[in-house]
Amino acid sequence: MSAEPSVASSSTPATQHKKTTRGGTRHFTEGGPVKKDGIQQAKTEGKELTKEEKQRLRKEKKQQKKSKEKKDEKASQESEKEKKPVSSASPASQPPTQPITPKAPSAVPTLVPVPASETPAPADKPAKSKAEMKAERRARQEAERASKQGKKGEVGQQAAPGKPKAPPSELQPVVKRLPEHVQVDNPEVLKKLAKKLERQQIPLRSDYGYKVSLFSHLHQYSRKAPLTQQLSIPSTVIHPAIVRLGLQYSQGIVAGSNARSVALLHAFKQVIRDYTTPPNEELSRDLPNQFNFLNQCRPLSASMGNAIKYIKKEISNIPSQCKEEEAKSKLLNCIDRYIDEKINLAAKAIAKSSIEKISDGDVILVYGCSSLVNHILCEAFEKNRKFRVIVVDSRPRLEGREALRRLVQRGISCTYVLISAVSYILPEVSKVFLGAHALLANGYVMSRVGTSQIALVAKAFNVPVLVCCETYKFCERVQTDSFVSNELDDPDDLIVTRKGKTQLEHWQEVPSLGLLNLVYDVTPPDFVDLVITDLGMIPCTSVPVVLRVKNVDQ
Amino acid sequence: MPGPDKETDLTERIEAFLSDLKRGGSGTGPLRGSAETARETTALLRRITAQARWSSAGDLMEIIRKEGRRMTAAQPSETTVGNMIRRVLKIIREEYARSRGSSEETDQQESLHKLLTSGGLSEENFRQHFAALKANVIEAINELLTELEGTTDNIAMQALEHIHSNEVIMTIGRSRTVESFLKDAARKRKFHVIVAECAPFCQGHKMATSLSEAGIETTVIADAAIFAVMSRVNKVIIGTQTVLANGGLRAVNGTHTLALAAKHHSTPLIVCAPMFKLSPQFPNEEDTFHKFVSPHEVLPFTEGEILSKVNVHCPVFDYVPPELITLFISNIGGHAPSYIYRLMSELYHPEDHEL
Repeated sequence: MSAEPSVASSSTPATQHKKTTRGGTRHFTEGGPVKKDGIQQAKTEGKELTKEEKQRLRKEKKQQKKSKEKKDEKASQESEKEKKPVSSASPASQPPTQPITPKAPSAVPTLVPVPASETPAPADKPAKSKAEMKAERRARQEAERASKQGKKGEVGQQAAPGKPKAPPSELQPVVKRLPEHVQVDNPEVLKKLAKKLERQQIPLRSDYGYKVSLFSHLHQYSRKAPLTQQLSIPSTVIHPAIVRLGLQYSQGIVAGSNARSVALLHAFKQVIRDYTTPPNEELSRDLPNQFNFLNQCRPLSASMGNAIKYIKKEISNIPSQCKEEEAKSKLLNCIDRYIDEKINLAAKAIAKSSIEKISDGDVILVYGCSSLVNHILCEAFEKNRKFRVIVVDSRPRLEGREALRRLVQRGISCTYVLISAVSYILPEVSKVFLGAHALLANGYVMSRVGTSQIALVAKAFNVPVLVCCETYKFCERVQTDSFVSNELDDPDDLIVTRKGKTQLEHWQEVPSLGLLNLVYDVTPPDFVDLVITDLGMIPCTSVPVVLRVKNVDQ
Repeated sequence: MPGPDKETDLTERIEAFLSDLKRGGSGTGPLRGSAETARETTALLRRITAQARWSSAGDLMEIIRKEGRRMTAAQPSETTVGNMIRRVLKIIREEYARSRGSSEETDQQESLHKLLTSGGLSEENFRQHFAALKANVIEAINELLTELEGTTDNIAMQALEHIHSNEVIMTIGRSRTVESFLKDAARKRKFHVIVAECAPFCQGHKMATSLSEAGIETTVIADAAIFAVMSRVNKVIIGTQTVLANGGLRAVNGTHTLALAAKHHSTPLIVCAPMFKLSPQFPNEEDTFHKFVSPHEVLPFTEGEILSKVNVHCPVFDYVPPELITLFISNIGGHAPSYIYRLMSELYHPEDHEL
């Protein structure tokens, strides 16, 4: 072609120059396409053809192919014109970039399009074509991935694969990854987590104290060493509202599953308000960092997990051509609606159904501080039901005192005992109302430690046990005992000073002594008589039905 | 004459013992274990036998009954006092019967036939005077004291029969019997102990420190976690304050929950109780069964305004029905709860059940 000799002539002095500077051999072949020259040269020079150069060459070849294909569709004149500058651009870029490549390999992909964009007239076309080529490549890769999955799916599924709206729970191979916080005894998982957190600039919280061997797969943190002491100051990664929330969680200032979820949602509203989308990035990319930080402060609860899933889904549902302001306000509205519907309205609905279950002259036993149960009791008292309440409390959290204060303020007559006296007080009780942290798919109720004990003793005395739980706390996990997935609180909380003597003060120095401070336990469904939810009053075993109905709705 | 001095000395000692009992029960004075109480009671009774003025067995029994009523009234929940008194009364009856020459077997069985045919035999009024009675009674009481001193060791000796290696044992609160039981087993076997702390007094903490110092792997848990951990426990070994006549227990509060959890998981519940804790009481007396201490332990005065509007209870004991108990280990061996009534008839005479 006509272009080539001129190009070749233009390039050869350069290559010659290069050769003389390198004091290299005198092999060079005249004629032939310049690229071949360059590559053969490099080959003869042997060592200098680095990996990056090979990659770059491959890329350029692809780009040229693509540009050829594209230009075939367009007017031939334009294509010819473009070919020239393109082809001139690439070899022209070769020699100047060659000396630069050993120093800045990462700059290579950007250097290649840059000289292309510097070429005259049809400069936009090559630039756009490069971006378009990138997009095309990505699309091709995704198509390949989808086809691979489709193949896998065909192998795995026997049902017709063509249905786009097939219920996701049917026949899909469940390859769930175990959450990190129940794999503390696996050193590889810990290493991976440490690396991930380092990349995201989140400090890793270290375990504290001797862990009972049954629980070596769980974390045990000390409250006296908050995560923020190790946090580096540039908080561009983590929003300050999230940092504050994490501290509140880890110090126990915000406790109780409803309170934690609502606090989380409010903090995210703040994050969304302050968020400005950088070009080419999305909000959902940054979210995992925030969640990882919160996870380090205190493992996320089931209700928080559901709330987060909802937020992520809403974010992904926002159409991409939506403007930023509009998207933000949409998201804020969604979150407000979630809080309203799932928490506030649900509480009202549950209170309405529960009041039917409270009759005059009842003696109701409650355990710890559940915001929902307190709400129900206060509502029933407003509706002039005559009853009295027995509040059972347990060390070391002593949350029952908070419930006691709230009830006494409303004027409800209360009795207060510790959990060891529950078999003394139970003969007086007519009903037991318990709150829940989560309801598992096999009907087990996950709640504050001690709840299963109360349900057990109530069953022995034939007292009905009612659990009150909103549907957003329903969880797809299954669990049969309180060991596999639990939370270990600060073991120092168990230490108490009585009559000036602290027995367990030096427990760390005694090698065979361990303190165990569990946070949650699971109650088997045979101890629970009724679950009151915003969807109605259901038995414990109907939880998977509710989950299925919810999934189909969504 | 040494008589009045002896008498005043005796009354002084009795008064001192009574005030000790009164103070010890409220939780403020030095908490003494039941073994010590039993020993002191028996020593005091020996002193009464030696120093008080009596001429016949009937007189002695009257004196002891009178003092016994005062002692049990001082601290009703401390049943070992009453038990020792009944033991001594039984000893006196036996010694009297031996001195009289009648065989022991006929006296023991009270069949309906005997009641109808004998008629006057039960109206023994113990009026005969026997010179050797005093010495015999004191000797028998000394034997009783020796038996009391060896109870904890006797129980601990049986430990290896009941604990295998790599077991997880659960206990609640603090019992000196169980402590020595576990320490004895730990000399030869390795096992793990979980101690429930037993709020509000948290006696479990002292138990845990003592066990861990003996090299036993110990874990302290809160009371609320008893059911949560129960699924991993192989045996539950507890002590008790009293063993009731029906085989049930009057134990520290929280034990009933522990027993229910053990029953749910089919874990055997073993009670280590020496014989002096066996009491002829039944659990039906509601007002005398429970003992309460200051609610300050549960809801301290620092809580302020709500205190006046709230009822707070702090019971000390729990009733555990005999169906939940698997085995009793005492200084004379192991028994099922259904055998307790038989042991009781050997230890006490039916007429002494009411002091």
